[in-house]
Amino acid sequence: MTDNIIKLTAAKIAGKIAAGELTAVEVTEAHLARIEAVDEKVHAFLHVDREGALAQARAVDEKRARGEKLGPLAGVPLALKDIFTTAGMPTTVGSKMLEGWIPPYDATLVKNLKAADVVILGKTNMDEFAMGSSTENSAYGPTGNPWDLTRIPGGSGGGSSAALAAYEAPLAIGTDTGGSIRQPAAVTGTVGVKPTYGGVSRYGMVAFSSSLDQGGPCARTVLDAALLHEAIAGHDPLDSTSIDAPVPPVVEAARNGSVAGMRVGVVKQFRGEGYQAGVVQRFDESVELLKSLGAEIVELDCPTFDLALSAYYLIAPSECSSNLARFDAMRYGLRVGDDGTRSAEDVTALTREAGFGDEVKRRIILGTYALSSGYYDAYYGSAQKVRTLITREFEKAFEEVDVIVSPTTPTTAFPIGERADDPMAMYLADLCTIPTNLAGNAAMSLPCGLAPEDGLPVGLQIIAPAMKDDRLYKVGAAVEAAFVEKWGHPLLEEAPSL
Amino acid sequence: MTVTELLSYEAALAEYDPVMGLEVHVELGTKTKMFCGCSTELGAEPNSQTCPTCLGLPGSLPVVNAIGVESAIKIGLALHCEIAEWCRFARKNYFYPDMPKNFQTSQYDEPIAFNGYLDVQLEDGEVFRVEIERAHMEEDTGKSLHVGGATGRIHGASHSLLDYNRAGIPLIEIVTKPIEGAGERAPEVAKAYVAELRELIRALDVSEARMDKGQMRCDVNLSLRPHGTKTFGTRSETKNVNSLRSVERAARFEIQRHAAVLSSGGTIVQETRHFHEEDGSTTSGRIKDNAEDYRYFPEPDLVPVAPARAWVEELRGTLPELPRVRRNRLREEWGVSEHDMQSILNAGAVDAIVATIEAGADAASARKWWMGELARSANEQGVSLEELAITPADVARVSALVAAGDLNDKLARQVIEGVLAGEGTPDQVVEKRGLKVVSDEGALGTAVEEAIAANAAIADKIRGGKVAAVGALVGAVMKATRGQADAARVKDLILEKLGVSEG
Repeated sequence: MTDNIIKLTAAKIAGKIAAGELTAVEVTEAHLARIEAVDEKVHAFLHVDREGALAQARAVDEKRARGEKLGPLAGVPLALKDIFTTAGMPTTVGSKMLEGWIPPYDATLVKNLKAADVVILGKTNMDEFAMGSSTENSAYGPTGNPWDLTRIPGGSGGGSSAALAAYEAPLAIGTDTGGSIRQPAAVTGTVGVKPTYGGVSRYGMVAFSSSLDQGGPCARTVLDAALLHEAIAGHDPLDSTSIDAPVPPVVEAARNGSVAGMRVGVVKQFRGEGYQAGVVQRFDESVELLKSLGAEIVELDCPTFDLALSAYYLIAPSECSSNLARFDAMRYGLRVGDDGTRSAEDVTALTREAGFGDEVKRRIILGTYALSSGYYDAYYGSAQKVRTLITREFEKAFEEVDVIVSPTTPTTAFPIGERADDPMAMYLADLCTIPTNLAGNAAMSLPCGLAPEDGLPVGLQIIAPAMKDDRLYKVGAAVEAAFVEKWGHPLLEEAPSL
Repeated sequence: MTVTELLSYEAALAEYDPVMGLEVHVELGTKTKMFCGCSTELGAEPNSQTCPTCLGLPGSLPVVNAIGVESAIKIGLALHCEIAEWCRFARKNYFYPDMPKNFQTSQYDEPIAFNGYLDVQLEDGEVFRVEIERAHMEEDTGKSLHVGGATGRIHGASHSLLDYNRAGIPLIEIVTKPIEGAGERAPEVAKAYVAELRELIRALDVSEARMDKGQMRCDVNLSLRPHGTKTFGTRSETKNVNSLRSVERAARFEIQRHAAVLSSGGTIVQETRHFHEEDGSTTSGRIKDNAEDYRYFPEPDLVPVAPARAWVEELRGTLPELPRVRRNRLREEWGVSEHDMQSILNAGAVDAIVATIEAGADAASARKWWMGELARSANEQGVSLEELAITPADVARVSALVAAGDLNDKLARQVIEGVLAGEGTPDQVVEKRGLKVVSDEGALGTAVEEAIAANAAIADKIRGGKVAAVGALVGAVMKATRGQADAARVKDLILEKLGVSEG
């Protein structure tokens, strides 16, 4: 019974609850049991809110018993990345700095989830402050990839992607600053979407790099991602950068997948050195598939994309150096060395020394340097110019094509520990995802097969213009349906059982 | 503490030419903070007016207060500034425990208003133009209370208490261009500028601008250069000078201190200085070398402020008469000297007198009551004139009773005393205390007849329908009765005598 429930899609679960075939409590209990059974191995969760989740589930069942209309995701369990504030529930952002901090307020996204009667199971593991591509930078230990527990589940949102792939939750929330939703989706054989910047409120999402951060949906199917997208998106007066326009019709698009007559761009810069053979092979097959489904393929040359990684590693650390300045041991979180003899300055220094991990310190130092007077123009200023050029290059490309496709990440999941001491190698994991963050447009990753050499999932990235998020779902649904037909089952069924 | 060497003021000015820069911070009187919905009410329980945003909690975001922007534009327009078509906030990064985010959200190289001026009038009537560099928006920090030390400063304190109620209150920083050419009048110009700015802010109704409550704070930057040279000397920055008198004293002290250092062959250190109310001196604060680096960058959590031109013009249309212009107009209308006007200004009595005249009193008696009896009373109670338990309408009524001859001065003072004591309206006090004197309609009638006879041409005009001309006759009667008559009654009597009715 449990096994049947946890393999259901979110859409199916909601349908069965609405039809009275399952109760929300049954569904929640099945997932809590699954977490109990496998999370010791996977370590997707930092905090499981058993009581809170069951209370939410009971409320859904009561609502149904009263004959009230249920939303399209009512009673569906979800794993929430531990970067969103939750009133009364710990929020650590994967850092020792916030160990034990209980926020006094809910993020707007969390409010939206609650309003949609989505059941929040708990908070998922992540690279500290969302800085990383493997979840190894979590202060609370790494997360295993359910396809091979000795490998990384991607990052920074590795907890969320692993929870989906391990059937601990049918839905999850991630955040994507340079690829933190899409790269984990790619290496775990799941679906992840970075909405248009401003599409989902950032209020209550602990900031890493404000101009790049974007929360978004993670799921096992394109339709589930669309349903979740619709539940969390929309204008928020508490976030000045939130877009005041209707949410693109993502669910409708996901229900009507098609690429017939569409022009699909393939960017020259998204291949070459550093790309694993199996990844390139599956990508090329995806392009052939698109062609066979009626899409026209257009070759694109976007030379500024080669500069994206460098620009990103100036802008993101600069903003982070300022965003993380507030962690000073004065008002919340960790405080070290306050024994009555030390000055406030010393306590702040000791706390930051103990509370921040190496990658976070590295980026704070990098950003502080890049913003310093005398260096600002050469570093931060130049990076912003590159960002403008990349945005323009996307705009030009989208005059020619409806969407762009690429591999999501150059390789499949690498072994835990392999790149831990080589930040540059780690940064390369985000080569294909970063340009989208810089330009602020929308992108999705969905499974396109297993790399022949290691049998691990490969992700296909679809990129759409800003506020055309629906195109991701239209194309994604068509590709997903064609692949499932070809394989005879969803890719995740090929994962070893835990 | 070592005694600071000073040169005499005259000797300093004989050798050097002062250049000043004034930076004034004004807390806006908006109901809510600059970037969140928390109340700005003063005097609340510490940390009771805070939320995730003004506490800088992880995940919180700012939203710009539209009234804050409107106030900033009004100030900019009143200072004859250009208003930016597009400007951004920036982050000023530095660490201090009372700064919740460890950066201050402020405008940096894109201020909302720039390139303006303010004409200030010195006590002898001379007008001095102070050029305005910029006016920009920013947020206030929290307040630290350092406990256990002797000085109240952090040095020597055993611990500190932090109150974030003030964190996020909107501030406008108004920066002058270098003020040159004021010479020996530099301290006076500084004081007049801050006074004029305060009046302006109040007239715009964007802040109460109470310096004693920290709603308006001034930094005095000053340097000296030898006469005849162009290059500016090294400046000192005297921070948080919080009264008009202190602004003048701080500038004066720094001129004398700089001159002493320079004339003995020393060099001025660029530093911030603290001003001391007790003796008018300044002492060294923090050395400001050029290594101080705030790592400014555009605030990514806010979208640019782009005030529509039509809105800016609409705001320009709502600007009140500038205080200096209004003051000169009132001075002429009231027929008082520069000196007397200055006293009225210093007493904060302008608005009360205007309101009293609007309520029917003549200028002379309105001024007499507010500057005499009432000013004394306010002074004794330690309150402002507005806080007295008497309204301009009450004062107007008392002067009407005097003018009508119902009260004489002595009785009127008793009536005012009664009103201040809460015994009711002037008429109720008159009634209760039985203070009314008998009026002499006969004497008034005679004065009216005399006035008509002496101004036959005007009387004819009135008979011919030019009722407005009656003012001249009323004036004549008032003059004849030394203002002891009731002007309204006089007017009625005149019209009655001439057989004309109003309307």
